[in-house]
Amino acid sequence: MPSKPSNMKSYEEEVKTFSWDISKKELEYKDGDIINIGWYCSDRICEKGKAEKLALIWESSKGEEKRYTFNDLRLITNTMASYLKNLGVNQGDRVCLFMDKIPELYMGFLGVLKLGAIAQPLFSAFGSESLLTRLEDATTTAIMTQKKHLPKVRNILEKMPYLKYIIVVDDDGSKALREREFALNIETEPKIEKFDCFPSTAETKSVLHYTSGTTGKPKGAQHVHYSLISQYITAKYVLDLQEDDVYWCTADPGWVTGTSYGIIGVWANGVTQCVTDIGFTADNWYKFAEKNKVTVWYSAPTAIRSLMKEGTAAVKKHDLSSLRHLASVGEPLNAEAVIWSQEAFGMMFHDTFWQTETGSIMVSNYPGMKIKPGSMGKPFPGITATVLDLKTSEPITKKGIVGMIAFQPNWPSIIRTYWNNEEIYKSKFKNGWYLSGDRASIDEEGYYWFVGRDDDVINTAGHLVGPFEIESALLEHPAVAESAVVGKPDPVNMEVVKAFIALKPGYDQNKMLELEIMNFVRKKLSALAMPQEIEFVDSLPKTRSGKIMRRVLRAKEWGEEIGDISTLENDM
Amino acid sequence: MAVTKDTILEYVRNEYLEDGDDREVTYNTPLISGGIVDSFSMVSLKVFLETKYNVSIPDAKATPEAFDSVDNIIVLLKEMGVE
Repeated sequence: MPSKPSNMKSYEEEVKTFSWDISKKELEYKDGDIINIGWYCSDRICEKGKAEKLALIWESSKGEEKRYTFNDLRLITNTMASYLKNLGVNQGDRVCLFMDKIPELYMGFLGVLKLGAIAQPLFSAFGSESLLTRLEDATTTAIMTQKKHLPKVRNILEKMPYLKYIIVVDDDGSKALREREFALNIETEPKIEKFDCFPSTAETKSVLHYTSGTTGKPKGAQHVHYSLISQYITAKYVLDLQEDDVYWCTADPGWVTGTSYGIIGVWANGVTQCVTDIGFTADNWYKFAEKNKVTVWYSAPTAIRSLMKEGTAAVKKHDLSSLRHLASVGEPLNAEAVIWSQEAFGMMFHDTFWQTETGSIMVSNYPGMKIKPGSMGKPFPGITATVLDLKTSEPITKKGIVGMIAFQPNWPSIIRTYWNNEEIYKSKFKNGWYLSGDRASIDEEGYYWFVGRDDDVINTAGHLVGPFEIESALLEHPAVAESAVVGKPDPVNMEVVKAFIALKPGYDQNKMLELEIMNFVRKKLSALAMPQEIEFVDSLPKTRSGKIMRRVLRAKEWGEEIGDISTLENDM
Repeated sequence: MAVTKDTILEYVRNEYLEDGDDREVTYNTPLISGGIVDSFSMVSLKVFLETKYNVSIPDAKATPEAFDSVDNIIVLLKEMGVE
């Protein structure tokens, strides 16, 4: 597609003049007004004269296609909000969305927000235990799911007395639903023309995304409706969404990218998007982009590297001339992948950096700005960023020195708390900065260069996985005496989960046991958490106080210096 | 060990479908592109095949396409010398 002027005319100019008021003005929002994301993404777009414009083109793995206009979106989200209300779901209740990437997931998300309830999206590949951990923490009132995932909910139902409503969105009546289970079919349910959206204001809770940490259980990052101000304008400036675009965000709404930019950012801008739940193969993805004439593509480094493995020839078999802007998120995009995308697509992928907690893009490469392959880019205008000295937490003024990426906590979409965990939330701030937990350096021209995490959290294919949760699951296997989990470098996924396991007496290490343990974790937690490699050891390195020293194992995997091991109790 | 389609099919059904998930899986059902086995779970399927048939499948051969159906897996195993 011929290049067209980007929404952000000049990064340097924008930095000088930008204010969040630009976003508020475009959204016709004034401080103190009602702000409901569900309304902004559907009703408002219709009021702007785009009721018949396509909002969603959806294609299933079986080739079935469905299309929805913004008016369909308005009516269906009204209908879902009304259905939940009539069922007994109230404002502030947590409603979990536990579905594959089907239209009901996208519509349900907005329906929950219209009602004033809190949307709690969870990745549908989670196993029962991962699901229980997150529903238990949030004392979730309702869950919307599909028949195929119903067994995972039923498995743990007895442990969830607070879960009152299990809404099955694809029930065909072939099997009887049980107590607390309800059927909802958005195609046949009478459409609700008018629904009074909950009059939420800036600080009304909206989305609860669970994210993993080094220790303890996953934490619920609580967002509010005011996040829209950040998500709208970053989608417009960074992803460069424009009136006639067809946008494809490959992220699953179980993760924050899939909601901030897979639902809110795109639809608040009134832009058409396409979605598929087809599994990844290079050919499938190229066919989908070609068929739908995708113009803006927001994907992840793991996917890009997987495409790269298939080579440029695989790209050239397809007509992808509609593409005009490519962006990436989830983990650092390596320079090779950026350069390859220029060769393969005639344009570079623009790396973006942000987190569940930030709610919107913080550091990025922008349309029209020079890309330094391998760099994270520069802070979004309106964001005050720095790197902090790892010991003093003071900003580092010298260029090229590694520190922790930090932001002044004054942008609209920053989380307001962790659900039930104010203490950990407070620990994310120091000296007036929000601490990202990621390390980087800044070069002479102000570009950020990612170095790594500052903790033991594993970033696998752009998803953060906490070692503690996996270690806890491993200990439930009858053969496992103790375990430690670290990230191992991987050319495609950046990191994969590796487990070091000491077996109980009477168990012998062998491949079948390795497979059994892998599957045990996969079913309990998720495939992401499943160790891709298991190393059986006699014992694990521990401090004299008995704490497992993951960093020793991690350093070994990464070929790094082990550092201070004066507290090490035993030899490895 | 001789390769039987049914052994692999049974393994896929047992391991990758939840109890109560009554989706039909046959020899040519798309496993990866059909969303039954995701790219992470492919590793456990690979370990199963390697262990069961005493073969080492190079990463370059363990592609989503090669694992996309039981039929494709049989072709791959034959290529690896497993009859």
